[in-house]
Amino acid sequence: MKISRYRNIKNKALYIGVIILSGLTAVPLIAILVKVILKGWRQINFDFFTQTTPTTLDAIYAINAGEIIPGGIANGIIGMLLMVLMACVIAIPIGIICGIYLAENTKSHLASIVRFLTDLLQGIPSIVVGIIIYIWVVIPMKSYSAIAGGVALSIIMLPLIVRSTEETLKMLPTTLKEAGLSLGASYSSVVFRVILPSAFGGIFTGILLAVSRVIGETAPLMLTALGSSAVQWDVTKPASSVSLLIWEFYNDPNLQNMIWSASLFLLMFILILNIFAKRISNKWRI
Amino acid sequence: MSDKLFKIILSSSAVIILLISGGMVYSLTSGSIPAFKEFGFFNFIFSPEWNATPGNEEYGALTFIVGTIMTSLLALLFCIPFSLPVAIFIGEYFKGKRIASVLGTIVDLLAGIPSIVYGLWGFYVLRPLIVSLGLSEQGFGVLTASLVLAIMIIPYAASLSSEFIRLVPGELKEGAYSLGATRAEVIQSIIFPLAGPGIFSAYMLALGRAFGETMAVTMLIGNANIIPTSLTDTGNTMASIIANQFGEAGGLKLSSLIAIGLLLFIITAIINYIGKLIIKRRNQ
Repeated sequence: MKISRYRNIKNKALYIGVIILSGLTAVPLIAILVKVILKGWRQINFDFFTQTTPTTLDAIYAINAGEIIPGGIANGIIGMLLMVLMACVIAIPIGIICGIYLAENTKSHLASIVRFLTDLLQGIPSIVVGIIIYIWVVIPMKSYSAIAGGVALSIIMLPLIVRSTEETLKMLPTTLKEAGLSLGASYSSVVFRVILPSAFGGIFTGILLAVSRVIGETAPLMLTALGSSAVQWDVTKPASSVSLLIWEFYNDPNLQNMIWSASLFLLMFILILNIFAKRISNKWRI
Repeated sequence: MSDKLFKIILSSSAVIILLISGGMVYSLTSGSIPAFKEFGFFNFIFSPEWNATPGNEEYGALTFIVGTIMTSLLALLFCIPFSLPVAIFIGEYFKGKRIASVLGTIVDLLAGIPSIVYGLWGFYVLRPLIVSLGLSEQGFGVLTASLVLAIMIIPYAASLSSEFIRLVPGELKEGAYSLGATRAEVIQSIIFPLAGPGIFSAYMLALGRAFGETMAVTMLIGNANIIPTSLTDTGNTMASIIANQFGEAGGLKLSSLIAIGLLLFIITAIINYIGKLIIKRRNQ
């Protein structure tokens, strides 16, 4: 059948248009990466990981002397790791157990409500989570703290872990569970010895992705952890994080280079977590 | 461990989710009651006043609601011409090919960049660009914020829409081809009608994201408590006013900010619910 000229042109135009516009989507990614790497790589040295943020004055002296800014973001890195660790301790056990519950009870009324609520929790803007943890933790403790920040991050992680665990468990063949039960194993030992080990890859990937999602969070930490200019190991005191440092100093022209380095560090951290997650999910594919 | 105990532990984790969600709604509501009592619920929503002078305090959410809706809808508008082609690219033209997974990875990487880094990039790269184009003097404003916001929501819109485009049954497309349709016609009259509701829900979820996005918007919108009347006007969104003023707030102001948080919570919940509902309908 002959295709009329107009239809032919329209067909080709759509094809070419889709390719061009799709290609353009890569432009912002490349622009951001290039900018962050070019501006940030020079500051990343040993001190960057071991020293705390310099004052503006120190930075001015260094810039005038033509040197790189002294100091680093150790206070941010330590605070970030502490808060993410606390978030993991809270969110991983509850998330996995709740994921098992949802996967095992597909039809119960409570499960469908919980599934709905998990979706709801997942959609809550992170700044609103910050407000809630401010009310729940900061006000009773009468102080901003790393604990509050950790709890806020755990609330963001929780629904992600619940859903990824549930999805992974649902992909497991039911015969696996039936085989365990038919051998006389109790329900709990089937879950712990058969189901969880076979679903390990998917669950672990879900956890890594959840961590990479919260590691750059800033808004909830502003209202809960506040920030700190020193390395703070006491979790009941205000703490800093890499993202909070960027927020604190992005406006300061003297510390600009340090902030770009902090962004580079954050991006690399997230990239490594994602690569790691992808490798694990490929290796442990069900 | 006995099975009975194990089942109780499983259910109690579900109860924890119930408690967290219930507690959230309770805390937000009880925190915003002083503001609603002082100004009245509807008055609070529709008042454009934001005056923190002691003794003369008056707070309303309208400025920020308008700012939020303006930036989010504009971001959605900017994001469609890029996210839709990406979805067609991945879901139809190069379905299952290596190049599609490369583009998919690029989109995933875009989703992985934290909001604060987008904000930093917008502040030091996009803002000077807007200034040099002569669009505004300082470069802050609704336009700058929604451009960055658009880049941020492309991944959410694109990856979900491409899923729905990919799920369109091959027989239907083949039927159209056998009748002599071109590929463009298949996309227009087979794929879009069938994947339409799914694509719509993908954009709803992207819109929900845009509503709650805080850091990048706060760094770029200019933080002026006025209703923006043009694209280059500065303004504030619901998220950005909370981010900017929560730290030093107390009393009535704190309650008003919590009330804005409650409104933001309700709006995003409704948008997400509509999106999820459509997806669920499609799956059944």
